[in-house]
Amino acid sequence: MRKKFLVAATIAAVSHINPVWADSDIEALRKQVEALKNDYEQRINALEERLRQSEAKTQLAQQKVEQIADKVATSKTSASQQQNTFNPAISLTLDGRYADFDNDPDAYELPGFMLGNEAGLGEEGFSIGHTELAISANVDNKFYGKATLAIHEHEGETETELEEAYIQTLGLGYGVALKAGRFFSAIGYLNEQHEHAWDFADAPLIYRGLFGDQLRDDGLQVSYVAPTDTFMQIGTELLRGDRFPGGGDHDGVGAWTVFANIGGDIGIEHSWQLGLNHWRENDVDDRTSGAHSHDGGPAETPSFSGDSKINSLDLVYKWAPNGNPTSRNLKLQFEYFDRREDGMITMLNSGPPEEVSTYDGQQDGWYTQAVYQFKPHWRTGIRYDRLSSNNKGSDEDVLAEAGLDDEGHTPERYSAMLEWLPSEYSRIRLQFNRDDSYENSDNQVFLQYTHSLGSHGAHQF
Amino acid sequence: MFILIKKHLLLMLIFLFCSANSYAKINVFACEPEWASLVQILAGDRVKAFSATTALQDPHHIQARPSLIAKARRADLLICTGAELETGWLPLLLRKSANRKILPGQTGHFMASDHVLLLEKPKQLDRSQGDVHADGNPHIHLDPHRIMRIAEALSRTLSRVDADNQADYQNNWISFKESWSRAIAKWEQLCQSLRGKQIVVNHNSWVYLEDWLKLKRLATLEPKPGIAPGSTHLAQVLVQLKDSQADMILYASYQNDKAVRWLEQKTHIPVVELPFSVSTNETLFEWYDRIINQLLDSQ
Repeated sequence: MRKKFLVAATIAAVSHINPVWADSDIEALRKQVEALKNDYEQRINALEERLRQSEAKTQLAQQKVEQIADKVATSKTSASQQQNTFNPAISLTLDGRYADFDNDPDAYELPGFMLGNEAGLGEEGFSIGHTELAISANVDNKFYGKATLAIHEHEGETETELEEAYIQTLGLGYGVALKAGRFFSAIGYLNEQHEHAWDFADAPLIYRGLFGDQLRDDGLQVSYVAPTDTFMQIGTELLRGDRFPGGGDHDGVGAWTVFANIGGDIGIEHSWQLGLNHWRENDVDDRTSGAHSHDGGPAETPSFSGDSKINSLDLVYKWAPNGNPTSRNLKLQFEYFDRREDGMITMLNSGPPEEVSTYDGQQDGWYTQAVYQFKPHWRTGIRYDRLSSNNKGSDEDVLAEAGLDDEGHTPERYSAMLEWLPSEYSRIRLQFNRDDSYENSDNQVFLQYTHSLGSHGAHQF
Repeated sequence: MFILIKKHLLLMLIFLFCSANSYAKINVFACEPEWASLVQILAGDRVKAFSATTALQDPHHIQARPSLIAKARRADLLICTGAELETGWLPLLLRKSANRKILPGQTGHFMASDHVLLLEKPKQLDRSQGDVHADGNPHIHLDPHRIMRIAEALSRTLSRVDADNQADYQNNWISFKESWSRAIAKWEQLCQSLRGKQIVVNHNSWVYLEDWLKLKRLATLEPKPGIAPGSTHLAQVLVQLKDSQADMILYASYQNDKAVRWLEQKTHIPVVELPFSVSTNETLFEWYDRIINQLLDSQ
């Protein structure tokens, strides 16, 4: 540009300096200037061309730098990722509550059901619930492994329990999966879920009555998902059978289950699942339940030995507008269990003579609940529980002492809860129960928090 | 006689089985509709693509429903975003469906984010920072240049999953590359006027769109990713917007629009509700067209 200007200036200057010059001289000068101009223009063009080329080269270089930066960044990312993935996912669930009961929680009973395992109302006042430490990861390309430690207070002592410890196959393919170790049984809808994933602070009465809140055992589970558009799953579990509601010392398969689930979607907004389950233990030996003593004498403990089988049905339905559950969603749930038992009841430490009775037990119960998330971070729900039993034996008094007489009472319970979930990792819950488990009605209030730290695995449907 | 009939039946069965096999489509399980659309373009009739979510669902938060387990059980190829977007449901789905073909490390396991550079990789991982993704922001489908890279990788994956039809996939990729490049040039031409526009967003879902179209994000209504906007934070945003006026407020149609509408009322800044992914009966091209038209119309 500058050069062009110079040329123009020169021309202007030259053409004005001496107007008296002859025409031929001017002509010669003009030619010279013209030549000069051409020369400069050529040079300028050449320069511009070189500039263009170098610019293009710079751009290319820059692109390459960017690409390399990309590569460096991605390689850094993958390195740090790898280090993370070698560490298993660790999650810690903190759970605490304040509970208020009208009745003495130690007087709790469920007429017609022998309570065992963790059945009961828990502590009144401030207490911590289950603190769960779960560690899980893919072991390799074939297996997934998980262990859960539950730490809780029991009669003033802190107990640590290995709640779950299992491996599960990943890569068998064809819809077949094997699970081995200690795990929650797949029978029932709620049973497989961890307590902190439940929608209420306590277990349904039928879970409390039959399993002492939850059924888990050591063993092997095989399941198969069919290659169909509708979800169809069948499975079986071979279990040790020593734990409540089984009992004894088995050196083979003490208990077994079969389960089947089907489910699917109706349109985009509705989904459902139906499950049928069966649990059986033919040789329950000495299953004991809560002891009680007469007038300060030695504690008498009821014990059951015999056959036990459970059939159950569960149904879950979920709705979310546009299938997007983030702001609003509804969940309806129903489960029914029926248990038949045949054997003997013995009151340990009784007599002499020891009190015994034959036992022909029929117990069943159901609950149904609805939980509605009415806006983001807020959920509310109601639940109704109902149990019944018709237990017979050679000595009604022994059955009554064992808690197997329904005392002419139908246990039932109404519950309502409101939850605030500040994020998907934290939850504060207020729950009220009108509990008619036994003849004295009880009003129960729970204020509970459940928070989870660290990696938080997906919850089941 | 019976033997003859039996033989015929057997032959017929074999024939049926074989023919069914050679025309069998590749079952594709896509976590999000954009990948279902992309694979449909790259593979045409050779695939049967199913999307686990719709444009009206939040891909962070769906559940491993029975129907999804059934679909994943039959899939030959899984295409997801990755970068922890589906971490709340995909691992469970993979375990439950027990389908070896789509497990991590297998040919049929395709994570789009493995093939592009992610923005906004957090320096610090802490839940007090909200729902952060350790690998970076996963909403990569809003940058067509990244889509191009992903398409190239996906085309290679298709050729491996279904080696018999490799030539088709190669051809489809070449024609996609041409038409997508033309489309990008067209969109970039159209969007020149959007350069430097100041925007307010609901959730941090638009990082790649901002980066591509050179939009400038002034504020985010969620105080932290995944945490719903509270009144304190909204008041701060309002003060901030008094100092520097924004040109538009963006939110995805699956998101709650309460905070957005509140801000619209207070500031009269135009609100643009963008479809976060491809709708049914729409292609990737049409979806981009729609987004760009909406952005241009809001000016």
